[in-house]
Amino acid sequence: MNVLIAVLRELIGLFVDDGSLALMILAVVMLAGILATLTPDLNLVAGALLLFGCLGVLLANVARAARRW
Amino acid sequence: MTGSFAHIGPAMTTAFLASLVEAVEALTIVLAVATVRGWRPAGLGAFAGLLVLALIVVALGPLLDRVPLHLLQLAIGILLLLFGMRWLRKAILRSAGVIPLHDELTTFAAETAELREQARRNEARLDWLAALATFKAVLLEGLEVVFIVIALSAGRGMLIPASAGAVAACLLVAGVGFVVHRPLARVPENTLKFAVGVMLSAFGVFWTGEGLGVAWPGADLAIVGFAVLFLAVGFASVAFLRRPRIKALS
Repeated sequence: MNVLIAVLRELIGLFVDDGSLALMILAVVMLAGILATLTPDLNLVAGALLLFGCLGVLLANVARAARRW
Repeated sequence: MTGSFAHIGPAMTTAFLASLVEAVEALTIVLAVATVRGWRPAGLGAFAGLLVLALIVVALGPLLDRVPLHLLQLAIGILLLLFGMRWLRKAILRSAGVIPLHDELTTFAAETAELREQARRNEARLDWLAALATFKAVLLEGLEVVFIVIALSAGRGMLIPASAGAVAACLLVAGVGFVVHRPLARVPENTLKFAVGVMLSAFGVFWTGEGLGVAWPGADLAIVGFAVLFLAVGFASVAFLRRPRIKALS
């Protein structure tokens, strides 16, 4: 049972370490998804939002983490 | 041939490097168990872990073929973004000295100390506990390898090159570990994690975009461009985070 719990914990931990990073990534993906659905002809704009949104989220997250430690 | 390597190269290399990191971590636990209790329980636990991993792959593989491609790309892309950016974030913070580097020798010492403490408390059950420790280590680290291989290959016919990269890394680490009988503390784990985090994040953006219907310019080559951008942001973050610390130290 302990092994099963450890495996489940590890599975979640694979993707979520810092909760705010995961939430911000999901928010960027959702925004890009909405944009891609509303303007299918401008799908590259949604792609750019996805790419630069993720880069921005990473920068903001490490800066915040560094201030915290 | 050059064209085909350009096609399979990023997936194969990423799978190789990521598996190298995971295999080194699993090896440390297996060696700790073997040092305290011998190779029999260590090997049995590791073998059982590999068996469960193989069952997971066999069960999961056919299921993935039934998922519509766009949905699969989107789901795997998001998981790759979460996974890759988590690794990259940690590698940046470690490179900048914000959090300490992962040390295999410390992990090895902690694991052997824990096993010796368990031996003191309950000698009779120790072989079982030792086997369980290697089973858990191989299963948990192996799950990451399986996820990376599936994520890099799903729906793109990359299963064989990505698996070959992963298997080569595991065999290399197992071979070196078997010869030297010590944790592979000299492997530049954080540099590998940095590189793999960059590549997985780039793959994640690519797959998620494809799943959302984005037609990336340059098709697969866009992944290289994304990797360059993630690498540049990673290096800039390390330089930016290091500066105040250096000032404070001086």
